[in-house]
Amino acid sequence: MILQELTLIKGAVLFAFFILIISLFLAFFRLARGPVLPDRIVALDLIVSLAVGLIAGYTILTKQSVFLDTAVVLTMIAFLGTVAFARYLERRWL
Amino acid sequence: MIREWICAILLVSGALFMFVGALGVVRLPDLFTRMHAATKSASFGSVLMLCAVAVYFGEVWIIFETLLVIFFIFLTTPVGTHMIGRVGYLLGTPLWQGTVINELQGRYNMRKRVLESGLHDSATQTGNENKMDNHLNEIK
Repeated sequence: MILQELTLIKGAVLFAFFILIISLFLAFFRLARGPVLPDRIVALDLIVSLAVGLIAGYTILTKQSVFLDTAVVLTMIAFLGTVAFARYLERRWL
Repeated sequence: MIREWICAILLVSGALFMFVGALGVVRLPDLFTRMHAATKSASFGSVLMLCAVAVYFGEVWIIFETLLVIFFIFLTTPVGTHMIGRVGYLLGTPLWQGTVINELQGRYNMRKRVLESGLHDSATQTGNENKMDNHLNEIK
């Protein structure tokens, strides 16, 4: 359905998806291995940025502009999660 | 046609920027250098991909929405990164062994969480400068 009549824009989106999925694997490696806890928070932040990129590509691929709303919500929730993790780590040692 | 080319170039370059960020997160040696890779290039990559969405649709409301997301990203990323870096320093995350200068060393009261002035004790400052000179000599 999507792969029929491969145009320029679809090829670009699929290539971007390929790169982004490799980047997701790299970020997940850091999330699983990260020596200290702030490393894992950085990896989570990176994963959310990658997810925003994936949402942008999917918006173009399906021509449904509704998916941009999820990008708005995802950035805000990612910020809240980062701040909450940081506050938790900071207060834990008091 | 030209719009499709611009959109494709923006998409692929944004994905490449994010890939560079992920590669830096895996390969760099230190929490702070990793943070530098993850936040700057990854947020710039997502901004490029959102610009691709705005160029592709070209409607007023969608352009406004992508500008809203970009504004949120540029507003929230520095704050979140600052908090992660602060927590990482407070938890005593080891710095990379090739770190040239650590300006907070000996001046930050970890218990009171206050930055003390470096004016009355210049010993630490000269120590840092000597360390920096040694490092520069080693590089030469």
